Amino acid sequence: MEKFYQMWKEFGKNFEEGGKWQKLSSFYDAFDTFLFTPQTTSGRVGAQVHGGNDSKRTMILVVMALVPALLFGMFNVGYQHLLATGQLVAGGMTCALWWKAFGFGFLAVLPFILVSYIVGLGIEFTVAQIKHEEVAEGFLVTGFIIPLIVPINTPLWMVAIATAFAVIFAKEIFGGTGYNIFNVALIARAFLFFAYPSAMTGDHAFIREGGTWGWDSQAQLVDGFSGATPMGQLATTTDANLMPMDFWTAFNGLIPGSVGETCGWAILLGAILLICTGVASWKTMLSILATAGVTAWLFNAFGPETAVANYPWYMHLVSGGLLFGAVFMATDPVTSARTECGKWIYGALIGFMVIVIRVLNPGYPEGMMLAILLGNTFAPLIDWCVVRRNIKKRLARKEAVA
Amino acid sequence: MALSKKTKEAFLGPLNLNNPVLVQILGICSALAVTVQLKPALVMGISVTIIVALSNVVVSLIRKSIPMRIRIIIQLVVVAALVTIVSEVLKAFAYDVAMQLSVYLGLIITNCILMGRLEAFAMTNNVKDSLMDGLGNGFGYAWILVVVAFVRELLGSGKLLGMQVIPDWCYEHGYSNCGMMLMPAMALILVGCIIWAHRSINDKEAK
Repeated sequence: MEKFYQMWKEFGKNFEEGGKWQKLSSFYDAFDTFLFTPQTTSGRVGAQVHGGNDSKRTMILVVMALVPALLFGMFNVGYQHLLATGQLVAGGMTCALWWKAFGFGFLAVLPFILVSYIVGLGIEFTVAQIKHEEVAEGFLVTGFIIPLIVPINTPLWMVAIATAFAVIFAKEIFGGTGYNIFNVALIARAFLFFAYPSAMTGDHAFIREGGTWGWDSQAQLVDGFSGATPMGQLATTTDANLMPMDFWTAFNGLIPGSVGETCGWAILLGAILLICTGVASWKTMLSILATAGVTAWLFNAFGPETAVANYPWYMHLVSGGLLFGAVFMATDPVTSARTECGKWIYGALIGFMVIVIRVLNPGYPEGMMLAILLGNTFAPLIDWCVVRRNIKKRLARKEAVA
Repeated sequence: MALSKKTKEAFLGPLNLNNPVLVQILGICSALAVTVQLKPALVMGISVTIIVALSNVVVSLIRKSIPMRIRIIIQLVVVAALVTIVSEVLKAFAYDVAMQLSVYLGLIITNCILMGRLEAFAMTNNVKDSLMDGLGNGFGYAWILVVVAFVRELLGSGKLLGMQVIPDWCYEHGYSNCGMMLMPAMALILVGCIIWAHRSINDKEAK
């Protein structure tokens, strides 16, 4: 390791001022700080308190928290494929089929990760070169989330366009990482959703029925197969008491859906890591879940006689993208509210909106994306109001003392 | 006929450096509304050019006899008369396009470019300069509309002027139209991109 480090630093001299590749120094910096702890420290001026956690470590923690959801999502993609093609019947899981499911899903999801990273990082690096800045690390997480929130049958070129659109128009024009108003990964998904609605919704979007890279492409669909997601079934049914699944099925997540969003426990594992390390705020998560639960319960009790409104409140919490959004996307430190009190309000707004969109708008079976984007819009305003209120309270206290 | 420098400037300025859409950010609402397809955008661009040029001429002709207190009313009457004539002509000879443009044809009256040019230019300049200024602003507005509509129709519906230009082969191999292009939001983003390019080119020249 030491030897590699020496070689790497030797190699880095090419990028210093006057070196061969001086113009590409931000490339080197990006990899340097990614691989090694930066050696530079701030000057000994005054008192400084500084944690060892820079934004690269923070981003890597989020990526680690996402790994369980990704691995489970890969398995689920293969599992749904085997179910759809009749290779697997209920209770007939064998070791060979298990590995086939995982291998199939791995190969199906891998291109999404590659496309999202190559396109997104390509733009980030190019912009950094043009602006002569360091390469910001924000895309590490975004690039990992995008594959997890798109349907598995989305064509890769659409993912590439959506990623490019999101990185340029939701991030770079606002000034890059840390300045974006909206969650970049969600903008990519919103772009896909509005630009190519036929590829993003419907019965064929969420299950890879054909093969992956030519593997298993001969498999025939079983008769009467429907690939609708539970939320999709709820939105289209005319049966007001339809229950597409029970709680544990939804929580275990072996159901059709976007790659990373289906499994409750994999997401909760990530949530525990994020909360213990202090990367994401438990207040936002709790607030979203509580408000969504209460809103859904109110619709259960007083809502219209439709399947979605009658869908039990605890089921709403584990269905669709609600958990994934609450844990990984609404808590994004850049786009969420920053004041502690603001986090409760911000979470409540999202939790309320997601259920309202699900229940009252049959055009959007899943409301989490739009709810979080709306929350992002209001986050600065919420912070502003909280800060104003604090100032007023303190002024009043000061006057009372005086 | 040799044109004076001022006359030339009145025509060329609005095409680029003083473009009503890109620099003054006027007329954005109609740029969003009529640019889903190329044909209505072309017709809209030509209509606005004709109206702004003719109204500039008319107002410039009578500028000395217009009482200052009621000048807005008089300008509005001139514009409204011209808009009515243009929309009747379109209804007579290009009915389908007139229907596509619907209210936006009538709303040319409220287009900021028109009142802006009348107030800022025609009221204080001679007829020849006013005509050139009107034509320049009309074309300056029209070319933005045409560029935006070109991109939106090509990527949004795979057509140009209503004819399919993206071959069926592409659709069979997984290409699909971008529905986002049909939404007004994308027109705003495209106008933003043009402004971005325009500024970065002109800022370099200024340096």
